[in-house]
Formats: sequence, C-alpha cells, structure tokens
Amino acid sequence: MKIETTSGNRGLLQAEPLIFDTGHATATGVDLPEPKNTTNQFGGLARKAALDLPGLSEPETMRHFVRLSQKNYAIDLGLFPLGSCTMKHNPRLNERVARFEGFADIHPLQPMSTIQGALELMDELAHWLMELTGMPAVALSPKAGAHGEFCGMLAIKAALAARGEGEKRKRVLVPSSAHGTNPATAVAAGFIVDEVPGTEDGRVDLEAFKAKLGPDVAAVMVTNPNTCGLFERDVKKIADLIHEAGGYFYCDGANYNAIVGRVRPGDLGVDAMHINLHKTFSTPHGGGGPGAGPTVLSAALAPFAPVPHIVKRGGAREFREHTAGTQAFGRMCAFHGQMGMFTRALTYMLSHGSDGLRQVAEDAVLNANYLLARLKPHFNAPFGGPKNEHLPCMHEALLDDSSIKPKGVETIDMAKALLDEGYHPFTTYFPLVVHGAMLIEPTETEPKRELDRFADVMIALAERVNAGDVEFFKQAPILAPMRRLDDTRAARQPKLRWKRGENGADATKHAAE
Amino acid sequence: MRYLPLTDTDRQQMLGVIGAKHIDDLFVDVPKSAVLKDLVDLPRAQGEIEVHRHMQKLAEKNTPAGRTAFFLGAGAYRHHVPATVDHIIQRSEFLTAYTPYQPEIAQGTLQALYEFQSQVALLLDMEVANASMYDGSTACAEAAMMAARVTKRKKIVFSGGVHSHYVETARTACEALGLEIVALPAAIDDEAAVTKRLGADVAAVIVQSPNVFGTITDLTKIGEAARGAGALMVATFTECVAFGLIEPSGAMGADIVCGEGQSIGNALNFGGPYVGLFATKEKYVRQMPGRVAGETLDADGKRGFVLTLSTREQHIRREKATSNICTNSGLCQLAWTIHMTLLGEAGLKRLAQLNHEKAVALAEALAKVPGVEVLTKRYFNEIAIRVPGDAQRVVDALAEQGVIGGVAMSRLNPRAGMDDVLIACATEMSTDEDIAAYAKALKVVLS
Amino acid sequence: MTTRYTKDHEWVRMEGDIATIGISAYAAEQLGDVVYAELPAVGASFKQGDDMAVVESAKTASDVYAPISGEIVEANAEIAGENWQIINDAPQAGGWFVKVKPSNHGELDALMDEAAYADYVKGL
Repeated sequence: MKIETTSGNRGLLQAEPLIFDTGHATATGVDLPEPKNTTNQFGGLARKAALDLPGLSEPETMRHFVRLSQKNYAIDLGLFPLGSCTMKHNPRLNERVARFEGFADIHPLQPMSTIQGALELMDELAHWLMELTGMPAVALSPKAGAHGEFCGMLAIKAALAARGEGEKRKRVLVPSSAHGTNPATAVAAGFIVDEVPGTEDGRVDLEAFKAKLGPDVAAVMVTNPNTCGLFERDVKKIADLIHEAGGYFYCDGANYNAIVGRVRPGDLGVDAMHINLHKTFSTPHGGGGPGAGPTVLSAALAPFAPVPHIVKRGGAREFREHTAGTQAFGRMCAFHGQMGMFTRALTYMLSHGSDGLRQVAEDAVLNANYLLARLKPHFNAPFGGPKNEHLPCMHEALLDDSSIKPKGVETIDMAKALLDEGYHPFTTYFPLVVHGAMLIEPTETEPKRELDRFADVMIALAERVNAGDVEFFKQAPILAPMRRLDDTRAARQPKLRWKRGENGADATKHAAE
Repeated sequence: MRYLPLTDTDRQQMLGVIGAKHIDDLFVDVPKSAVLKDLVDLPRAQGEIEVHRHMQKLAEKNTPAGRTAFFLGAGAYRHHVPATVDHIIQRSEFLTAYTPYQPEIAQGTLQALYEFQSQVALLLDMEVANASMYDGSTACAEAAMMAARVTKRKKIVFSGGVHSHYVETARTACEALGLEIVALPAAIDDEAAVTKRLGADVAAVIVQSPNVFGTITDLTKIGEAARGAGALMVATFTECVAFGLIEPSGAMGADIVCGEGQSIGNALNFGGPYVGLFATKEKYVRQMPGRVAGETLDADGKRGFVLTLSTREQHIRREKATSNICTNSGLCQLAWTIHMTLLGEAGLKRLAQLNHEKAVALAEALAKVPGVEVLTKRYFNEIAIRVPGDAQRVVDALAEQGVIGGVAMSRLNPRAGMDDVLIACATEMSTDEDIAAYAKALKVVLS
Repeated sequence: MTTRYTKDHEWVRMEGDIATIGISAYAAEQLGDVVYAELPAVGASFKQGDDMAVVESAKTASDVYAPISGEIVEANAEIAGENWQIINDAPQAGGWFVKVKPSNHGELDALMDEAAYADYVKGL
C-alpha cells in the first residue's frame, strides 16, 4: 500500500525544504552587540547589492539540520562496509580532546613560545607514524589522502631532480587496479602514467611490470594491500626491481588498516606512503572530509620533505617554515596541516597502543575473511579460490555480480536493495579490473553478530535473485528517504545552486507535467 | 580493548568457519621476513583516563588565544562560533557518514552541500561554487591550475598582496605541472601591479582583497585588463566575513574567486582543518576542480540532490581529471553552512560591522603609540603597522606581556624586506580592554 | 556509402571527399544516457588515434579518438547546442560528431566494415 501523507512527512522522517524556502534575510539566530556605526574605512568599496542570504532563528536552524541529519546513514547506525574506505567506529574521546582549548583555540602563527605543546604533539604523532611504518621521516602537512600522494610524488620528483634525472625520468607505472587518485596525482606532479596490467589472481603482473622498467621510469605506485583486498605477494620484488631500475616505490596507504602493527611498509622497500588518518586512525569521515594524509618517507626522500619542519633548538621546538637553505620541495598548504586530525589520531593511537593496533589489523582481516567465507557459496568471489578452498583476503572481501547478472540483477541493484534492508552498501564497480565489483570492508569494529546479520541479508538477497524476484531489486529503494535519484537529469541540466525565482516547488511541478 | 568487539571465542569460531587454524593463516601472502615478530616499540593500550590526562598535559603547554589579548589573523581568524554549530556537526549522522555516493541515504549531507554552494555563490557574488576544497591556500593553487586549463597558457602572476603561504602552495603545485609562477614583490597597496605583467602567455593574474596587509582594492579595472589580454582574474581572500560589508570580488568581475572560509563556523585549530571556498562562472564549470552537488528528481518525482558532473573527477577520469582532489572539507563546510544559516544576511552584516569597528579602534589606538605607523589605508578587520626595529622581536616581547599582537611580515615572507612590518587583526572577539592592553604593552615594548 | 568502424567504436562514412564521424550504436548503448560531449573546433587537425572529442554519461567519460587523420570542417550543431539525447537516439545518423577532410585516404580502407565490426562486437 502506498501512503501519501498530507504533511509530506513519513513517521519520524520529516520533509525539509531548503533554508532558502524558509529563511529570511532579516531573520537571525545570533545575537550580537549593537554596532556603534563608526565611519567606515572601506575607501568607497562598501557592498552595493544585498546578499539575499536567508537566516533562521536558533530553534529553526537546529530543526533544519537535525531533520537533514536523519536522512543520512552513518557508522553509528550500522555496518558501513564501503570497501577501500575503512569506515570504522569513531571514538568520542578523540572529539573531546580535539576540542581542548589548548588545541582548538590556538592560532597557527602564534609565537613559538606559546605553542610548545602543539609542536610536541606533532612530534609525538610523527614518532608513532614512523615507528609503525618503519620509515625515518614523515611530512605531516598533507590535508587528505590524495594530497599525501601528491606530497610523496613531489618528493620523488625532487629526488630525481637532485640526481640530475628530473628530465629523463617521467614515466610512472600504475597498476590498472589503482585508485583514480593515483594516475590523477602522477599527472598533477608532471609525470606520464603507464598502466601495468594485473594477473588472474588480482595482483600486479610482475612480468609485465619488469617489461615496462627502463631508464625513463620515475616510480611505481602500488596500493598494498591492493584494491582487490589482496596483499601483493611480490611487493619486495617490485621494490627491488624499481630500485635497481633507478626509480622509487610509492605505496598508496589507503589500506594500511589491514597491516598496521603487523607489517611495516619500511621493511617492504617503500619510499613514500601516505596514511589516511581518517581511515586507519579513526578520525571521522564527516560526510566527505576533512581528511589528513601524513606521508612517510624513506631516507632517500626525507631531505626533500615539504616545509614546515619541526626543529629542536635547546630544549624547545620550533617550525622551519621556509625552504631557503633546505632541499625541501616546497609547501603543501598554508600553515602546518590538519591539527584537528592530529589530536584525534594520536588519541586513538594512545588508546590502542602497539598491542591494540596489531589487534586492529588482525580483527579487520578476520572480519573480512569471515564475510568472504560466508558469502562465497552464494556469490562469485573472483579471487576467493575454488569452492572447497579459502584463499584469504586482507581487510576487504571482493565479490562480483557475474553469478546474478544473467538473472537480471546487477551490482547497482544489489546495492539499492541493501538500502531497503537498512544498510549502506559495499563499494560498487571498484576496482575497475573486476566487472560488477562489490567490495566489502567491514573493519575491526564490527561484532560477529552484525557480520552474521549482514551475511544473512546478503544470502537472502541472492536467494531472492535465484527465485526470480527481479522487480524487488529494480524498484529498490522503496523504504529509503528517497527513491533512486536521476543522475542523468542532474548532469544534463546542472542545477548547482538556489536562485531566487527558481524554487524546488517549480521543479516538482515540472516533473509532474 | 574497548573499541574491539570480537571476543577470543568469536575469533576461534570465525576462524573455524573460514577453515583456518590461526590468524597467521590469513596473512600467508605477506613475505615471512616482513612479518613483525614482536610488537612495535610503542606504549601499550591505555584507558580513557590515562589518554585524556596525557593529551591534557600537552594542551596545557600551549597558550590558548582566549587567554591573551589576541590580535593575530593573517589567514586564520578568531571569531565566535555559536554553540549550535558544534553540536550539530557532532551528530552521528553527519560526523560518521561517508561521502554521499549513495544519495538515497545521504540527502542530509547532499542538501547541506547544495545550501552551502548557494550561500557561497551569494556571498561572493559568483554564478557557481563547488562543495569546498581543503583550505584557502589549496583552493588558490587549484584556481591557478584551472586558469591554465581554461586559457591553455602557462604563466600565473601573483600580486604582492597575496598571502605568501598561498603563493608558495600554488608555486609547489603549479611548477610540478610545468607552469610558471611570477610572484611580485610584497606590496601593501598595489594589487594593480599585476596588470603590468600581462602578456600573451599569462593564464591568470591572482590578486587578494582584502589582501595580506588588510588592504581592500577595487579589482574592476584589473579584471578588465586581464580579460583584454586573454587571461583570467582570480581573486583570493583569507577573511570571508569581509564580504558581508565590502564589495565582493565577483561583483568586480573576477573569473574565479577562492579563499579561506574558516572564519565562519570553524575554530582556529592551529591551522586546520579549514574549508576552502571556490566559485567561478557557469561557463567554466566543467573545468572546476572538486565535488559538486546538484538538484535532481527521484523515481517518484521528488526533489533530491546528488553529486554531479563527476566525470571531471579522479575516480572516473583518472589521469585526465581536472584535479587529483578527492575529499572536500565535509564537516568544516557543514559548520560554515550552519553558522551562515544562523547569521543570515542581517547577522552577517552586523558581525562584519563589529569586526570593522574593532579594527578601526585598534588602528586608532596603535597609531597613538609613539613610533608606530598604520600602513593600511582601506581595510576591513586587519591592518599592517610599522614599528621601529624588528617586528618579530616586538611580537615575541608582546607575547611575554600576554598580548598576541599579530604576525611579523618577516615570518610570513623573510624576503619581503619588511622586517619592521607587523600585521594585526581585530574581530568581534576583541574587547576594548584588549585593545587598550595592546596599546599599553606596545608602548612598553618599544620604549 | 560504406560505413567503417574502429575497435574503439567510432564510425566513419565518406560522402564525396568529406568524412562524417560519430560513435557506434554499440558504444552509445554501452555508455548510456549521454549528459555531455565536447567536440573539437573547426579547423583543428588530428592524426589517426588522437583524442578528438569526449563523450560522457553521468558515471563515465569516454575519449573519442580520430579514426582517420584530417582537419575538422564541421562540428554537429545539434550536439554543440546541448541536444545530448540525439547521440543516444541516432548515434549513426543525426548524432554524428564531426565532419573531417581526410588527409590520408588509405587509413579508411584499413578500418573494419559493417560485417567485421558486427563480429568484433559479438566477441566482446
């Protein structure tokens, strides 16, 4: 039975217009002192036109955003098995610490004598990252994973230039299974991308890789564990070969959660690796950011780390903020990086300790393998091994839609059906090397009970496909806050902002016509 | 460990289902020589009490801005953030959500993004805005690269009023791409100098208003000159509250407006995370970096929002993407939107007015200190002053008196040749007593 | 008038000494609803295999490679006018991309004919 309510609300779920539909330019939710109307010093450059920015009182603002929030899925609601994204529990102690006055209310350009605790904290975080990864240096300032990749590749570029090979070595080898940021970053750093194919068992094709090595190769960018959720068995050979060929080894650390505390990238021959603090070290994803991407560097690349550097003078620490007199390749951003993420990540590390972090990796891998084992009989697992044998994955289990597609249900339909079942779906259609990929990363913070519940749902969905109930999938989602949204419409006639006179009611009316 | 729900019994059962004997069996692909036998040499797990204590000790070694008479800006500003903002961004559904790739269960994030983009476009008087960048400096670097794509030219000219961290960030990114950066010498009031460097190879002139010295500039003629020479005018900024009262760069013909949004909704946080604002003209939207939300309809014809124009982005376009950027500044952007919704036009204007009044009071008080000269003529909430001698020494000496008096230009840019220049800022948080304390301390320090 | 095809799913049809170029019905089907296309400027020259245009659906972007070398003499005004749907509705008729003055006629003969392309697509 389809129910249309008068209010547009559905039970607890409130319909909520835009602030532009409800707010008003004269309304405000902030009481500020009366201005004294001093003569302005704008030199005739006062704003001429009105802003037309709506305001809302405090209770209206609160309701608006709380209503919006209830249309979001979140880790705190349930399993969020997005492969390659490491959606783990975000401890609230981290949030409390980040808001300490001594961290949140300090300015990045305060005199050094007033920020000794901040510098010590950054040093302590750096120490943890270097010890965990077995690397001798770290650049803390990159603001996100892709920014960290950029930092690593620029360090490589600077090292090559210092050897006089900057012009000669332009080619960067990138496996076909890489995250899109890898080729995009290599190009942003001025390199040319050369794709390395994968093998049948989901790893870098070592022979193809060897064949591509040459005096013009600058680096290889390998994600390890890779985006198929597998450890690159030949990782040390890859490192040795790239080094013999005169290039550097960039490791995409997006999947570091699988090995933290158990394997040190430094022992694998890595020259640079970014660490997504928002993945492995539990800083919140926040609906798309902010992230933080500190980048660990080998001895060969360490001298080229971007400013700022923390240096000790006497008993005190200070920033070196300019490249003059150093080999630093430059600066990644204004100031010193994502302090608010440093405080959270260090809090998380201290909470876990070396023993807890090792357990993190083990439980993350165990949880993924458990889901793989339970789901393999019901879906195709391209690298999961034959029926009677379990080929282990790392922190994420990779399935594809090849067993359900002939029956009319694709990965996207499975994902949308999961919305109706109350789950955020897995990562869809990535990695690109597997057609119809469903990449499932449960993380270590899921109890067995939740894994079983999710596996039961997935298995029931597979049975529903086998029973021929294709419509269930094609119509999904029915129960989510919205039905399937029309991406084509959004892209064909991009409407990227509110404009007076073009409100949402018009759009709805237009659709009804 | 309190964050790990599996029990040893669970682990044994699960290994049994997998058909493995030991957890090590799941790590068989790792080369034996690379498996750590022992724990990494770091402290063991600790409870909340111990961790809290440890972090508290570190925090106490800093001097919070609020415990001083505080007048430091130069790219990060100490404003009041309403309690509501911090409460809402800590709601689980915002804090612990991912990028809205499944729009049917992410309308909260997506609608807030759409509202953000609309507010940014209105504030800056531009046609479109994206879903935010990492911060102002990286937004500025992205703008430079975008201008090079649009014009297919390779030279970027920065005025001497742009924050030197922004110039250096853009230099690092642009030179990697083979673009040339021309950074004009530091100048308190000469944004227009960029027009003298226009030529057939110039992709963009990048100017800042209010600039790093606080100077407000009419950019109209600079924009006209740039376009006349086939280049874009990029206008950057570090203090977005200014546009509540001063003419926005969009109204003065900027092709790209980008800068720092931290002032609205976000604490100082020692430099990050912040929120980069990025806006441009509709005709350039496909060259714009970063995520963007757009309106559409669902299968029932209801209005909803999705991430759109994503074929520009790295996860689809890979090596041909407009940028390698993946994340936006989600929560900081949300904080911005909430704070801006609370303010509304009336609140923003009043906030801007208060900032300006405090800055005027500060300028007047400092001008009365013997030996001090206020250098900035047209300003919003920030001014450059000349002090006799080394400004860095003055800043350090002031700190000892409990006054954070600003930043020495020599710290931002040692090669500026402005060792006697100090940049100071006042906001609605500055009290009359703080201003008096600053003037008094400065008098003492200089005497 | 024979139509010839590339492995990257472009088609070419000679009319007089001008070649019309577009993407095949198979390519349009695989791509889904087109939301954007970027055509080269009239007067631009391309060598066989160069990136010549881009065509996008909401979730994918594909490069269109020059199937033969030559100079662009016309771009489809329908597409330039943002009638993307025509690429889905009539990819091998009204949804053509560009007209080119070929610089090397030999290249055309080396491309697949209708039957060979049909076999090629069947094998994908």
